[in-house]
Amino acid sequence: MRNFWLPHRIVMAALGVAVLIWCVLTLRWDWLPNYLGLAAMGIWRTIWLLVLSLVLGMMLAIPLGLAQAAGPRWLAWPARGFCTVIRGTPLLLQLWLLYYGLGSLFPTIPWIRQSDLWPILRQAWPYGLLALTLSFAGYEGEVMRGAFRGVVKGQIEAATAMGMPRLTLLRRIWLPQALHRALPTLGGETVLQLKATPLVATITVVDIYAVAGRVRQDTFITYEPLLLLAVVYMAITGIIVLLFRHFERRLPSRVA
Amino acid sequence: METLAGAAAAASTLELLQLSPPGWGANLLQGLWNSILIACGAFALGLGLGTLGAFGKLYGGLITRDLLAIYTTVVRAVPELVLILILYYAVTDAVNQTLIAVGYGRIQISGLAAGIAVLGVVQGAYATEVLRGAIQAVPAGQIEAARAMGMPPALLARRVTLPLMLSNALPGLANLWLIATKDTALLAVVGFGELTQQTRQAAGATKAYFTFFIAAGMLYLILSIGSGWLFAKAEHRARRGLPEVRG
Repeated sequence: MRNFWLPHRIVMAALGVAVLIWCVLTLRWDWLPNYLGLAAMGIWRTIWLLVLSLVLGMMLAIPLGLAQAAGPRWLAWPARGFCTVIRGTPLLLQLWLLYYGLGSLFPTIPWIRQSDLWPILRQAWPYGLLALTLSFAGYEGEVMRGAFRGVVKGQIEAATAMGMPRLTLLRRIWLPQALHRALPTLGGETVLQLKATPLVATITVVDIYAVAGRVRQDTFITYEPLLLLAVVYMAITGIIVLLFRHFERRLPSRVA
Repeated sequence: METLAGAAAAASTLELLQLSPPGWGANLLQGLWNSILIACGAFALGLGLGTLGAFGKLYGGLITRDLLAIYTTVVRAVPELVLILILYYAVTDAVNQTLIAVGYGRIQISGLAAGIAVLGVVQGAYATEVLRGAIQAVPAGQIEAARAMGMPPALLARRVTLPLMLSNALPGLANLWLIATKDTALLAVVGFGELTQQTRQAAGATKAYFTFFIAAGMLYLILSIGSGWLFAKAEHRARRGLPEVRG
């Protein structure tokens, strides 16, 4: 940290601050107070979509990785196929397939329209969440496959030799070590997932990206909302990176 | 009975994929061609920027290195969709401002050029990191030997560093190419007629959503699996004569 403030960095920081002050003074920010509430809602929705799709996607990714790494062929092949299809097509296409495709199919089926779930299925966010979850599961299934394969064989053999039941083996030995191996990759993938969330704005979910778009439509101000949007995303990325650094530091760094 | 009707409906929508006008097949293929053009252009531009960036990060001065660090950090932290909008408006604006300053009228920048420029800048940031890692993995002795022989820097890069790092860089570059092909879909949001946008138009006009989106998905899948196979061959070729690496 002592080496950080070299002379040229001080000059660059001063320039940065100057640009910032120039931005604050000369660009138009008078729209900001009117949209603060909407922006807070948008940030909340972005984070909420991100966290929920991460958790659900990871719950799908662990069986997907396990099936590919150690499953019988009739499980491994569909899992690999799923990962290939998800990783080989754009998320935007998957999202639109689910939203426009399922969204136009469901209203034609009477029992879905009469079910209690219909008020939820009529909204856009379930399709966004589903697409984000499946996408994360596809990418992380591949990561977890490598992580499960990478766990040292002796560990699993030792557990089997001790007569550990297979579920306990998975819970106590295999999964924790695989997750430990995957953790640095997962940090990067979480940032990528954050960067994928604004796509849901194209199916009318009002996340923070959609709020910036609305400001542009209402006021014809182009750059200011976009710049602020970039800053918001950078801040969330920074928090994710710090969180994962914290997790990695808390875990013992040596895999025994 | 209902499933039968559904199957019949699905079979009848397959005709919509025909190439001649009642079908939308030609539009999809045109969109695919646009997507491939943009992906190729963006990938090439990204490689150029990435090579410059990697050498700058490794051998550049203090200020170059810090500026490049800001470039790669910002681009990798902000969603592509936001960058595309910012750069799209900013690039169009800047070009028009200069044209007006020089005394010409405004022009409309083609979606193709803007798309290539924007995705190329994004790809450049990722390529910088990939190539930097690959260059660092080149055995230092090779570069030192070339320097000791008095080889000028440009020749050294061309004859020693770049060929030797290629085998290290190819897996990362293959990944970047796949990202480039998929990121072209984002240009649909600014209204450029690449594959995803064409598909949405076709699907919206005919209401045959599943048919068109699945057809487009297959086109993307063929593209990515085919290019994955090509990259595997290229990597095999770049690795010839090198000791096998076990990961």
